[in-house]
Amino acid sequence: MLSTFSEIKIKGEAFTELPKDLYIPPDALEVYLESFEGPLDLLLYLIRKHNLDILDIPMADLTLQYMVYVEKMKAINLELAADYLLMSAMLIEIKSRMLLPKTAEIEEEDDPRAELVRRLMEYEAIQLAAQSLDAMPKVGEEFQVAHAYYQHIADIKPPEVSVEDLVEAWRNVLKRAKLNSHHKLGRAELSVREHMSQILRRLQTDGMCEFSQLFDMNAQGLSKLVVSFLAILELAKEGLVKITQQAAFSTIYIQVSHAE
Amino acid sequence: MREPENIVEMKRVLEAALLTAGQPLSLDGMLKLFAGRMERATIRMLLDELKQDWEGKTLELVQVASGYRFQAQSELSAFIARLNPERQPNYSRAVMETLAIIAYRQPVTRGDIEQIRGVTVNPNVMRQLVERDWVDVVGQREVPGRPSLYATTKHFLDDLNLRSLAELPAIEDFTQSEIPLDG
Repeated sequence: MLSTFSEIKIKGEAFTELPKDLYIPPDALEVYLESFEGPLDLLLYLIRKHNLDILDIPMADLTLQYMVYVEKMKAINLELAADYLLMSAMLIEIKSRMLLPKTAEIEEEDDPRAELVRRLMEYEAIQLAAQSLDAMPKVGEEFQVAHAYYQHIADIKPPEVSVEDLVEAWRNVLKRAKLNSHHKLGRAELSVREHMSQILRRLQTDGMCEFSQLFDMNAQGLSKLVVSFLAILELAKEGLVKITQQAAFSTIYIQVSHAE
Repeated sequence: MREPENIVEMKRVLEAALLTAGQPLSLDGMLKLFAGRMERATIRMLLDELKQDWEGKTLELVQVASGYRFQAQSELSAFIARLNPERQPNYSRAVMETLAIIAYRQPVTRGDIEQIRGVTVNPNVMRQLVERDWVDVVGQREVPGRPSLYATTKHFLDDLNLRSLAELPAIEDFTQSEIPLDG
């Protein structure tokens, strides 16, 4: 059985024939490691380029081959072997659930392949997004930032620093850290994620924070206030911040949530 | 030293500061150039005028995430690039995919990234992104192990000439056709 897989070439012939199994031919192991980013990447390739049916997987062959593969992988890259092993276990689980006759009670059950398909499609979108990021013009390549020469005038005597100066400087740093800069508001979803990061960043420095302090009524437009609010709700939903209020109409506090 | 008294003189101060800064200047930064009262709205107005003054010249004034900067007109970049013929090596697929996940799904943990890519995150990949100052840690998720939450930085947006993440193409634009499930 193993001998059939030694024919598979990845770079030379690039899968002229679809392999019957979803695993890595041991002979081609190192080539595979270079060609694919992991089991999801490989599976996506087989489905998109060769119309592989997720159901059409010979389980016994797959298991046996995976064990051979994992043995080989131990010497090369154990972590990656674990990733492929997990994927094979998942495929086997899907297939066995598909084979089981469905009783009336579980007829409503979701297709076991749906979650895998969701993950594959999410990863596919991220792959394309990564390519688009890679293709975007960048500073130092497509953009050159102006930097005219400027001779900094050297002071002969070093400036004197008093404690008051230090305190004042610290106050300024805190003040500036509080002023989050302006952003053009675009698509809501991304902007909310961006504000989530900003609020988390701020809570890292300030610790606990009054709810109202997260909104700058003068500098922010209405839409920006709404996005900040949505970001706080989203952070709370994901359990990243804790919102507390002692009594009705009293001050609301936001803090990074801590494990119980 | 005499403080600038009219718009032309103020624009000269702003222009010199922006040209010598070598990095984007924020509105707060530019306020510091002027002693006494200066409104943000006035600075914005001056920046608009500067932008127009430089139209069609070798440099252009642009706004990015951290503030304003002068940069060479894009059609001149190809010539300037000849000064440094060695191109920066490209990032690996693993690095770019990790960056894309952080940009689109932030704040995320390494576990979130692994869930999407289906493979373990190589520490080297995160190190490259953090060293480039494109990604930083903004907190910890309060689950066992307190994993770090990663987000993209303003510097990342600056380097891509963006003012906000919202200027990136929407992730929905990359969603491909549904994977068929027959049988």
